[in-house]
Amino acid sequence: MTQPGFLDLLSFGPDGWSKALLAGAWMTILIALSGYTIGAVIGTFGAWAKISGGRAVRVAADAYTTILRGIPDLLVIYLLYFGGSAAITSIGRLFGADGFISFPGFLAGALAVGITSGAQHTEVFRGAFKAVHRGEIEAAIACGMSRALRFRRIIAPLTLRHALPGLGNVWQVVLKESALVSITGVVELLRQSQIGAGSTGLPFDFYLIAGLIYLAISTVSSIALRQAERHFSRGVRRG
Amino acid sequence: MNLPLSAAGSLALSIKDLHKSFGPIEVLKGISLDAREGEVVSILGSSGSGKSTFLRCINMLETPDSGSLTVGGETIRMLPARNGKSKPADIAQVDRVRSRLGMVFQSFNLWTHKTIIENVIEAPVHVQKRPRKECIEEAEALLAKVGIADKRNQYPSHLSGGQQQRAAIARALAMRPDVMLFDEPTSALDPELVGEVLRVMRSLAEEGRTMLIVTHEMGFARDVSSRVIFLHKGLVEEDGSPKDVFENSRSDRFRQFIKG
Amino acid sequence: MDWQFTQETFLSLISALPLTLSLAGASIVLGAMLALALALARTSGILVLDWFARAYVFVFRGTPLLVQIFLIYYGLSQFPAVRHSIFWPVLRDAYWCAVMALSLNTAAYASEIIRGGLLSVPHGQVEAARACGMSRLMVFRRIVLPLAIRQALPGYGNEMISMIKATSLASIITLMEVTGVAARIISETYRAIEVFVVAGFIYLAINFLLTRLVQLVEFKLSPHLRQPENAAQAVIAGDAR
Repeated sequence: MTQPGFLDLLSFGPDGWSKALLAGAWMTILIALSGYTIGAVIGTFGAWAKISGGRAVRVAADAYTTILRGIPDLLVIYLLYFGGSAAITSIGRLFGADGFISFPGFLAGALAVGITSGAQHTEVFRGAFKAVHRGEIEAAIACGMSRALRFRRIIAPLTLRHALPGLGNVWQVVLKESALVSITGVVELLRQSQIGAGSTGLPFDFYLIAGLIYLAISTVSSIALRQAERHFSRGVRRG
Repeated sequence: MNLPLSAAGSLALSIKDLHKSFGPIEVLKGISLDAREGEVVSILGSSGSGKSTFLRCINMLETPDSGSLTVGGETIRMLPARNGKSKPADIAQVDRVRSRLGMVFQSFNLWTHKTIIENVIEAPVHVQKRPRKECIEEAEALLAKVGIADKRNQYPSHLSGGQQQRAAIARALAMRPDVMLFDEPTSALDPELVGEVLRVMRSLAEEGRTMLIVTHEMGFARDVSSRVIFLHKGLVEEDGSPKDVFENSRSDRFRQFIKG
Repeated sequence: MDWQFTQETFLSLISALPLTLSLAGASIVLGAMLALALALARTSGILVLDWFARAYVFVFRGTPLLVQIFLIYYGLSQFPAVRHSIFWPVLRDAYWCAVMALSLNTAAYASEIIRGGLLSVPHGQVEAARACGMSRLMVFRRIVLPLAIRQALPGYGNEMISMIKATSLASIITLMEVTGVAARIISETYRAIEVFVVAGFIYLAINFLLTRLVQLVEFKLSPHLRQPENAAQAVIAGDAR
């Protein structure tokens, strides 16, 4: 068997890996997007807890961010993947199923990425809220806006605008972190490259291609983020 | 509609025995004020006299500890709070009353993420729920009135301080308020920009608007207002027509104040 | 929680701690040297060096660390030339591959932190040093670097914590550091929560100590930012020496 050349790997033909790698890249983006969205939801609550929650809620939010910033993301993935499997296996046993039921890797991965990025989202949102000029909120109070209206029309959009650069950074982190989800067996970009490396004996080529695809995704998204930032920050001065 | 300034119109605003403390410091020690429709009241006082706090209490940006507040005949219902102070009984009522008071801040506080016209129509459309088209037309007229019609689609950060303050005045007017409150509207401006804002305020006074103005501009207080109040250490020290107060003040502190 | 199991887990995990610390320590030290070189290249004003450093940072920050680890550990062995070179004993060893990948990776992030520190040094400080006849090297060593380090320290502390966390990826290429051992125990016992709590506790403890250490160094390095009394004492102590 002759080894295929680097460019042969990239072809779309029967021997090429392009289709599989692109499918893997798509899965990477899906994991990252799901995790990022989960993280943004957690971060919204986390920031709310830190800004205006009672003592107990605030302590809980502080503990959450401190812990998640201090422990490896991989450990969180292991916890959810194995812990989730153990949990649904024992639930399955209650319903008479025997044997091991494995927790879906995608779900474990997206949740793990979400929980870790949630800590970063919390800090980004909190910082952005603090950057909102107090007077602009007062002006909203002064013209009789209700709490909900104030949040929807003034506080949320201003906070979001201040948060944009930070949110962009979190996205880049999440994108790279999604590679760790490969350990659960989800066929995303890195897992697909491992499969390719194993079946062709060309690990360098495959990991190099994977690296280039990651680089491309992160470059394209950083350009898009910068555009979005420019679009949404019209008029907003940053101190 | 050119109301004579001395007309004994009905009460636009009535404040009785307002108290406010921050921690151990009592900033307002019982202030009462009745303002009739069309009156232009200048509130003077050295820093720390409580004049800004007083104005902020009127639209409940600060919650008064005690006292009563009536705007256009509607008295804000208060309840005793746990700490012995009071709190509003009905937030919706407070919001309703607030939308009848136009507030102009020292630091403008225009919403930076909205254009000038968006700033002006925000409260009419979303708080008062008036038709958008009507609000835009009215906003354009107001911007023309304060002399910045050409800035309608700019963002606040692109305007000078004087222009921003005039936009903020247009924003406050757009709610068709019964009373306009000005909290040191020219203090954050470069000297050469003060005039353009004062001119707008003077024209509002001449239209017969009811206005309460916390200010350091003595000339403006003397020439434009129908009444001058001097606060000292949280109490009303002087209250009368500008002529009376500026020329025949019995208060040593006030004479000291206008000299310094 | 099963106390005995927790205790056993703790003992197994703590015995893997030296490997975690050695991976982190080696890559932080090697990474710092590389990072300083990159930061100097970036601020050198020499176009080729500048662009090389930019490209380096772009590539290493734009790709996942795990891909970098795989590329070095699995990827390089693809080439017969590598397998027959004198470096093979090092490059076939998971430990050194992990250290290499971690160092190359942290250097990209750390170089930006150091560059920020270098750029923060006010020009007047350099001019004053030049004016009293210091050579360029001496200005750098005696004036610029100490000020830059002081400025970069908080950011560098965060980067070191990231490195402690990043050592966990070494478990994927067979190294049994703390996370590796934790994963093994979890997959054997399926008691994910207990093991997670113990392992998490160990990481938090290391990072807490590391944060404190950085704060201590920061304090030692900034007598000029402290209360005058302390500064006066420092001068007296200095005189007495």
